[in-house]
Amino acid sequence: MNIWIKILYAVISVLVVTIYGLTLGGIVRKIYARVHGRYGPSVWQPFLDIIKTHGKRVSISHGYMFYLGPIFRLAGGLGTYLFIPVIFGSVVFSNFSIAGDLLLVMYFIFFGQLGMALGAGEGGHPYSPLGIARGLSQMTAFEVPFSLAVIAIAIQYNTFNLTTIVAAQQGSILNWTLFTNPLAVVAAMISLLGMNMHPPFSIVLAPQEIPIGPPIEMNSSFLATLQTNRGLFTAAKLILFMNLFFGGATNLPIMIIKTFLIYMFSVFVGASFPRFRPEQSMRFFLKWPTLIGVASIIFIAYF
Amino acid sequence: MDKKDIKEIEKQMKLANEGLPEKERILFSDVRPTTVAPLNKYLENFLNWARARSLWIIGYGTGCGAMELRPLMTSRFDMSRFGIAPRPTPRQSSVFVIGGYASIKTIKRIVRSYEQMQGPKFVIALGSCTINGGMYYDSYNTINRLDYYIPVDIYIAGCMPRPEALIAGFNKLKEKIQTGECEGMNKYAENFDWYKKNQKQIIKDWNMPDYNW
Repeated sequence: MNIWIKILYAVISVLVVTIYGLTLGGIVRKIYARVHGRYGPSVWQPFLDIIKTHGKRVSISHGYMFYLGPIFRLAGGLGTYLFIPVIFGSVVFSNFSIAGDLLLVMYFIFFGQLGMALGAGEGGHPYSPLGIARGLSQMTAFEVPFSLAVIAIAIQYNTFNLTTIVAAQQGSILNWTLFTNPLAVVAAMISLLGMNMHPPFSIVLAPQEIPIGPPIEMNSSFLATLQTNRGLFTAAKLILFMNLFFGGATNLPIMIIKTFLIYMFSVFVGASFPRFRPEQSMRFFLKWPTLIGVASIIFIAYF
Repeated sequence: MDKKDIKEIEKQMKLANEGLPEKERILFSDVRPTTVAPLNKYLENFLNWARARSLWIIGYGTGCGAMELRPLMTSRFDMSRFGIAPRPTPRQSSVFVIGGYASIKTIKRIVRSYEQMQGPKFVIALGSCTINGGMYYDSYNTINRLDYYIPVDIYIAGCMPRPEALIAGFNKLKEKIQTGECEGMNKYAENFDWYKKNQKQIIKDWNMPDYNW
C-alpha cells in the first residue's frame, strides 16, 4: 500500500481513538459523580479542559528535559497505539501491526513513563520525584503479572503478533482467551487495575497527599499534551486488552462496547475501594496476581 | 524624557530581589511580568468560551471562608456540574478563591501563589473581610482591602456568604470571562510597581524574590 495512504489512515485512526478515549474519560467522571451522589461534569469536560489549558497565554519551562517530558509521554501513547490493530480486518484501523508488535507495545507502555520521569524530575518540585518513585515502582510491580500473562499467551498462540492472536480467537465466543486461558486473563485484568491508576492503585496521582504527583509543575500546553495523551493511552491499553483476551473487534461499535465494558471493571473496583498505600500496592501485585500468572504459564504449557 | 519613555525604561529594568541574600539572587528570575495581548476577536471569543466552562480552583483555603468550598465541592451543591474543579497546584489552576480575611502572613503566600499561576487567571474574593476588612477592619495583622495587593475580578459580599452565593459569584465570573473583561493578569503586569509597593508596605519580612514566576 502507498505509504501516504497508510499515514492518512493512521492519522484518522489516532484522531478517532483520541476522541473516543477522552469521551470515555468524561463518561467515567460522570459515573464517579453519580456514585458520590453528585450530578457531575458534562461528558465533554475533558475537551473543554484541553482547549483551556492550550489557550493559556504564558507557560513556564524548567529546561530541555521539561519540554521533552510531555513529548516522550505522547510518543509513548502514540507508539503503544500505532502498533495495535484496532479492528480486525479493517484497512483504516489496522495501524502498523507487524510481527512481534506485542513486544514493541509492551516496551512503549513503559517508555512514556520513563520519559515523563525525566521531564518531571527537572521541574524541581519535591513532590514530582516522589510521585515518579511511586509511579515507577508500582509500574514495575504490575508489569510482572502482565508480562507473565503475555508470556502465557505467546506460548498458547505461538506468536507475538497481535493480528494473529486476534485471528485465532475468531469464530466463536469460546475461542476467546478468556475461556481458553482464564488464569492469564485474571492476572492481566488485575494488572489493568494498576495500569489505569484508579483506586485502590491511585497513589501516583494522589491529589491529597502529593498534589497531583509527577505532573505537578506541568502547566499550559505541557499539561494539555499530557491530557491528550491520557485519552489516547487509556483507549490504546483497553484495545490491547480487548485484542489479547476478549476476541478483538470486527467493527467500530463492537470495539466501543468491548473496551467500555473492560474499562468498567476498573471503574467498578475504583468506585468501591479506598486507596492502597505504596508498599501495600506493590506487595499486592507481587503476591496473588504474580502467582496466578505463573500458574497460567504452567497450565498452558503442560496441560 | 516624557512619561512614556520613563515607563519604557522601567519595563526593561531588572528586579533587584533585595529581600534575598546575595548568593541566592542568581537562583531566581529577575524578569518583570509582561502583558500579553489577546488574540484576534474570534479566536479569543472561542478560548474565553472554553475558559469560562473549565474553571480550576487552586486548593488553598486562605481564611475561614474556605469552609464554604467544602459543601460546594461535595454532593449537596456539586460545583463540578458547572465545570469547576479543585486543582492542587497553582501552576495548573486558573481561579484563586480568597476565603475571607487575609492576615499579613497569608497575603505573602497569596501573592506567591497568585504569581505562580499561569495567565489568564481570575480572583474571586469571598466575604466582607476582603472588601473593607469586615469585622477585622481595625485588626493589627489583617489587610482591609484585597485589590490593593492583587487584582480581583469578583467580590462576594457576606459573612459568610453561603454556597449559593458562591455559585452566583462563579456564574457572574463566567459571564465576565466570556465578554473578555477579566484581564487581571495584564492589569497586574501593567501596574506591577504599584502592587509591589503596596505589598511591601505591609509584608515586613520580604524574604522572597520580587516576582515569584
